Amino acid sequence: MATFRLVVRRLLFLIFVIWAASTITFFIPRLSSRSAIRERFAQLARTGGFAPADLEKIIANMQHQFGLDQPLMQQYGEYLWNVVHLDFGYSLNKYPSTVLDLISQALPWSIGLIFVTTILSFIIGNLLGAIAAWPKAPRWMRTVATPFVLLTGVPPVLMGVLLLFFIGFKLKLLPLGGAYSIGIVPNWSWEFALDMGMHQILPALALILGSVGGWVLSMRGMGVTIQGEDYVNFAEHKGLGGLTIFRDYYLRNALLPQVTGFALALGTLVTSAIVVEGIFGLPGIGTVLQLAIQSNDFPVIYGIVLFITITVATLMVALEFVYPLLDPRIRKN
Amino acid sequence: MATIALASGVEERVQQPSQVTLFFRYLRRNKSLAIGLAVLLALVLFTVIGLLVVSPKAAYPLAAMTKQPPSWKYPFGTDFFGRNLLAAMAVGLWQTAVIGVLAGALGTLIGIILGFISAYFGGWLDNLIRGICQVLTPIPVLLIQVVVASTLDKRDVTIFTMALIVVMLAWMWPTLVIRSQVLTMKERQFVSVAKLSGVSDFGIIFKEILPNLLPFIAAAFVGQVFSAVFASFYLAVLGLGPLREPLLGNIIWSAQGQGAFFNGWWWWPIEPAIAMILILGSLALIIMGLDELANPRVRRSE
Repeated sequence: MATFRLVVRRLLFLIFVIWAASTITFFIPRLSSRSAIRERFAQLARTGGFAPADLEKIIANMQHQFGLDQPLMQQYGEYLWNVVHLDFGYSLNKYPSTVLDLISQALPWSIGLIFVTTILSFIIGNLLGAIAAWPKAPRWMRTVATPFVLLTGVPPVLMGVLLLFFIGFKLKLLPLGGAYSIGIVPNWSWEFALDMGMHQILPALALILGSVGGWVLSMRGMGVTIQGEDYVNFAEHKGLGGLTIFRDYYLRNALLPQVTGFALALGTLVTSAIVVEGIFGLPGIGTVLQLAIQSNDFPVIYGIVLFITITVATLMVALEFVYPLLDPRIRKN
Repeated sequence: MATIALASGVEERVQQPSQVTLFFRYLRRNKSLAIGLAVLLALVLFTVIGLLVVSPKAAYPLAAMTKQPPSWKYPFGTDFFGRNLLAAMAVGLWQTAVIGVLAGALGTLIGIILGFISAYFGGWLDNLIRGICQVLTPIPVLLIQVVVASTLDKRDVTIFTMALIVVMLAWMWPTLVIRSQVLTMKERQFVSVAKLSGVSDFGIIFKEILPNLLPFIAAAFVGQVFSAVFASFYLAVLGLGPLREPLLGNIIWSAQGQGAFFNGWWWWPIEPAIAMILILGSLALIIMGLDELANPRVRRSE
């Protein structure tokens, strides 16, 4: 019963967060004097095609179609209703396609990159951090973590620029950007898969190297506190093997707070990935967002922002539900 | 300085090393603070000397020959638009510092005010402020900043609006830090003594609690500067910065937009990237050092 109440409370919190995010993305653009439709058609009018007198008519017509001539509260209600359906409207620049179309075309690229790099950096960082704080680990294993700690201050984007310079430009080992080589038509051959994989290595490395240090640092801190605990000493005196103590007594307890940290870091991880995608010109959500910013495609900007916010908030709440599975003490209560 | 030292007498100086010496002695123990401050000082020196040597006008387009690699005439090279990158680095560092310090100070101030109100007066105000912080935490702040920055008219985007955009959604962390510190401070005995002897609420806040929080406030301030620099950099890399200004993120954005690496203009994106790494790295080291200063527990565990 208590768990049920907790689940309901967290779900209500999630709905509240999504409501807050959509309210922000609804009202902030309307506070501004910029009109996306007017700018778009003024741009079209400059390139020629129709008389300026018709421009106002077209704008009024479009505003009617987008529902911008209705009272604000009615627009707000409809907007919230659309958000519930994940309907973010039409793109201004690629008009017949909806924002959701653009997102779903780019999403597989982004999910692949973010999923792989996040999991890898979490695992590598926590293992290295745990080993660095474990006094019985061999010396060389403990020093492996040091260079990663030094990289903590370098965000993934800058790491990307450095990698592009050293590995892509100086050593010419890996491509400088794009999803696949220019001139190749996407197909289902091994060569194409290899080519695509080569293009993914640098962005993935940038994201992993840019975030591993943080995990190393926090895990090392956790590790130092936990190895002083009585139960670790007790396990040692019982004569348990080093690996068993490391895995079951030390790592498992130190990992719990890290999962909370993981949930909190999700937002930063996703935003870093978006900017990195833009730097490398991968066809993911980040590049779509950057193109939308350049071309003032407002519905796409707001749609992507809202979509990511909803995803991140949902994942954070979902991770909270995973927590009891990892910690038997919470499950008991 | 000299007059104070003379006034306090020579004998005293023999027993008690001066504040400056003590500071340097502390720096020798607190390595991360020392290195961080040294790098930051070097960056400041570079900016000041750079601004004195080259005219800031050279940081703007059409000031120099385009696409020149580093040479004696242009030690940092020039970019596609004819910016002299040495000047651009100096001006860009200066603008980054303005954004960082302005947004950092504002964010810390808001954090102190809200944190104190929340912790000291408690009740529904506390619930409200904490609730807002909790709801905003799962929302990726950078994305909301993208929304705000993109609705602004391009002409309205300046260094100052960048700082305001950054600070608008970045006060939650200092608020929570200050709040938790005030909560523990409130229960200390010296506060109870002050309360019993009839000191007013504001007297307690300003005379008793605030001075004791200074290390935490300093750490929160540097943390705010770090996140402000970071956020404004990300916005600029996405192309939302003031496009004419040689802000470090803008330079990387335009370099990538022109395919700098594909065309062999390697110096163009790499210079702002290294400058940014030095800024963020030195700030991160200073935060770690201040943490050690404010939090003796960390000191002991080392």
